[in-house]
Amino acid sequence: MATTFHIAVCAGIVPDPLQTLEPTTTPGGPAIKNEMLLPAVLDPWAASALYEAADLASRVPGSKLWLVSLGPKARLQQVMMTVAQKVAFELVPIDSPQGGFADAAATAEAIASTIEAIPNLDRAKLLLFGGWESASRGAGVTLQFVGERLRIADQFFGVDQIIVHDDGSFEVLERVEGGKHQVSVCAGAPAVLGWATGNLAEPRNNPQIGMANMRTVMPALQRAKAAALDANGLRYVAVSLPRQQRETRVVQDMTPDQIAAELVAWIGKDR
Amino acid sequence: MGTIAIPETKTMLTIPGDPVRQLLWRFAGRFDLQMLVQSARGVARGTVARLVAAGERNTHEWTAAKNAMLDAFDSAGITAAFMEPEEGGFIAGPKNLALGLAAFELAWVDGGAATASLAGFLALSPIHERGMPEQVDRYMKLAAPPQPGENRKPWRGAFALTEPIPYVGVDTGMLGGKVRVAEWKDGQEPWLQIDKRGRFISGIAFANFVTAAVSSGDERIKGSCVVILEETDKGAFDRGTSTKKLVHQLSSTGDPVFNLRIPAGRIVGGYTVKEGVIIPNFNHTEVIDAVFRRTRVPVGLMTAAKLLSSVEPVIRYQRQRFRGAEGARPGSVRYEQGIQQREDALHRLVDVWAAGEAAASLGFAAARLFDELDPLEKQKTALMKDRGISGGRAVMKALKESEQRAVELLALKQSDPRRAQLEADPLVQFVLKDAEANVLCPATKLWNTGHGANMMREAVSLMGGYGITEDCPGFLANKWMDAQLEATYEGPEAVQRRQLTVTMIGDVFLALFAAWTKQMREIASSHPGTGACTLASAMNLWAWTLNHLQRSTDAAGNKLYHGQRQGVTFALADALSWLMASRCQILDVLELETRGAQDASVSEGLAGTVQFLSDLCHTQAAQAAGEVSRICAELVFGYNRHPSWDDEERRNCFLASELEDLEQTVPGIMAMAVDVLAADGSHPAKAGPCASCAGASDFLRMQSKLTRCLTGSRLAKDRAAETVSKVVIPEALDYPAAGPA
Repeated sequence: MATTFHIAVCAGIVPDPLQTLEPTTTPGGPAIKNEMLLPAVLDPWAASALYEAADLASRVPGSKLWLVSLGPKARLQQVMMTVAQKVAFELVPIDSPQGGFADAAATAEAIASTIEAIPNLDRAKLLLFGGWESASRGAGVTLQFVGERLRIADQFFGVDQIIVHDDGSFEVLERVEGGKHQVSVCAGAPAVLGWATGNLAEPRNNPQIGMANMRTVMPALQRAKAAALDANGLRYVAVSLPRQQRETRVVQDMTPDQIAAELVAWIGKDR
Repeated sequence: MGTIAIPETKTMLTIPGDPVRQLLWRFAGRFDLQMLVQSARGVARGTVARLVAAGERNTHEWTAAKNAMLDAFDSAGITAAFMEPEEGGFIAGPKNLALGLAAFELAWVDGGAATASLAGFLALSPIHERGMPEQVDRYMKLAAPPQPGENRKPWRGAFALTEPIPYVGVDTGMLGGKVRVAEWKDGQEPWLQIDKRGRFISGIAFANFVTAAVSSGDERIKGSCVVILEETDKGAFDRGTSTKKLVHQLSSTGDPVFNLRIPAGRIVGGYTVKEGVIIPNFNHTEVIDAVFRRTRVPVGLMTAAKLLSSVEPVIRYQRQRFRGAEGARPGSVRYEQGIQQREDALHRLVDVWAAGEAAASLGFAAARLFDELDPLEKQKTALMKDRGISGGRAVMKALKESEQRAVELLALKQSDPRRAQLEADPLVQFVLKDAEANVLCPATKLWNTGHGANMMREAVSLMGGYGITEDCPGFLANKWMDAQLEATYEGPEAVQRRQLTVTMIGDVFLALFAAWTKQMREIASSHPGTGACTLASAMNLWAWTLNHLQRSTDAAGNKLYHGQRQGVTFALADALSWLMASRCQILDVLELETRGAQDASVSEGLAGTVQFLSDLCHTQAAQAAGEVSRICAELVFGYNRHPSWDDEERRNCFLASELEDLEQTVPGIMAMAVDVLAADGSHPAKAGPCASCAGASDFLRMQSKLTRCLTGSRLAKDRAAETVSKVVIPEALDYPAAGPA
């Protein structure tokens, strides 16, 4: 296969979802209470993109992988102690305040200009990976903005699979309504792929990989440029967590068929 | 001197996370160790937790599922943590802190899993520490996990010491197992016959090789040695039956039988032949001394991990205790705070937390110390070799001068020009670190596991009946029982106390101790809320008591501080361990405060975290002071015979009529006198005249001062309790509880 890819995975960091996450209001706008004190993880959606990217890079010899991550560099460093053990990559950090409430356009601008400045990155071979969603406040548009800013017209979202053909074209499975996938064939890079969960398990930690990555991760963190994210007039009226709903009844005399029928009716209620 | 409560009222907002721990335990600059922590944590809270939840602890046998845990260790780099980079590892240099951190992470979920990881290191340690280069090369490479592209199974090892069976953990000087010459042809390497039965041998179910301690059963072999046995050696390599232990079921333990023929080249460290006798270069004691002083520290850290791991589940249980009850409606105090409305629940959890912090601080201090000591020890060995000095006693004699120089260094002022010269002397540095390590290592093993087991019981009790069930979140009951084994293996408590009995009276250590006491006073001056002043007073009392007991005799005229007088020496060793733990805890919090301000990942919320951890220090220092005061008082007064109402003692008592006369000239004496005989000769209703304090006034003065030094400690505990009632915890534990069988 003569094709090679230059894959840039855009991945932010978010508070560990197991933590108690409570929205709060600060002078700078909404935030998560104690966010800087809570352990952070790589955004799980973007993490799927990273593992898929590493797998793709290993299947297409000669490909390169960059992890472009925006967040406070001290926090990024902590997160790298786990992430860097998973797969081999070159970190491109952007030092910025933490939080899921930044303006998507400003965030995209910071990421796009950083990607443009990556030495030896061939834009013609670029596959821009990222999460389709986010475990923080998912604006749902940041990756599209980055793609537009880099003038990449072919964009796929809710991706679960990519199959590369010998001629450099690739087939993409995107999630669509009703639990189905849409199959598209793209002529080749550059393209944007916003990943759903993909099909790969999370790789185990391997400190050997981590130590190899660290040769570039630590210098990169030291060099990380600060990005001030302009609010661009963005204002939040209200912020709340998704409401948990629990409707429990204790019933002892229903048949399986009756239970199934009730479940079907309940599922259909929201349609 | 009383301590002053810190006026600051900052509150810790969340449970301390990795960035705080990295600063406290001094590996913020070690990315290799940070990755190892994450890696070990992944295995612990993933593979290991699932095994425990699925009931794999319910069998003594080594199962396929348990075996898969070893593969997880390999792929996560835990096995390789012991190796040098050229052997397949990823951590260069000494690895004591690394192994301690890995054991800590695994024991956070299950002590048996931690033991399983350590067992392999224990088998390799004799070879690593004392083996010939070719032995090191062979076994480290065989034990290294396969590299990418390699298709081989790593060798796993077991270590068989074992005293005369059926017992275990009694006295490492008395071995079960013999080595004899099987065949020795002229000009060829001798073959040895090994007959050894092991008891309670970790990792035996899957061991490919065993390092076994044996004593000579043949006049052609001198003393004892450690030999390497391989499963393919000629003869019987019988793994024996599984030990029916009630704890640590995720580690393999069995009672093997070996009847094997091996080449003499398998003697660890090699041998020389002198006048037809094989003389091992290291006897078994020299080998295991080098091994155990390092591997005992991770065991102490395992119990520390259990204590700290219990905090989050207990808080969650306490807060949610009444939810679901009719009287506990959302928004009510009962609903929101549950049992945490009650001061006792909070105070007891503060005690558990404080003990866990102190245990971790002590253990990690010991681990770091061994990392510093390892290169110095190698340097010392090389220097001794250059000087033609060999053998334990000759080396000890040669180091005497360095010990004097070390004591001199500790007494010099900071501005003294001789300091630089003495500090640059590697032998001085070696004896300083060695003296400290010889106390911190047994103190870690003794205090962390012994007191830790007691405090784990407290943690279990804080969960009520839930605590003693299999589905208790955090597996607290397992951890409590496991702690008892940790107190036993790799040298039970008596062995640690005996070592402390010897090492804590060394000149260098006592000079260090005096310097540390002074240091605590200085810290108290700048950080009055840490309990450092309380601790310094307790340290003074301990030092005075030791000195007193070394010069004193009991009522029968027998020496008090004596190797056989364990009622004295062991009690003092216990008291010292409390002091060491508290001291390390305080030093760690100071480190956090100093370095944390410059660390962006912890600077937010730092003041609250430091305040809380300082309050825990103060609480712990007060407990340590109480223990030391009690132990020292018992030792100072307890060996004096109590006066009785016999004729001799009666002569020292006042008669009532005498006092009446004296009252005329010494008004008030009647109120002062306590031992007064009535006219009919009857005496007050008590055991005898009150004991005299002659010769102990200094002690009483110091003890009284120590008592007053407790001022403020309960205020600190109240503050800590307040924080525990408010600190934010995660929504759920990050590892599973027991599921359906």
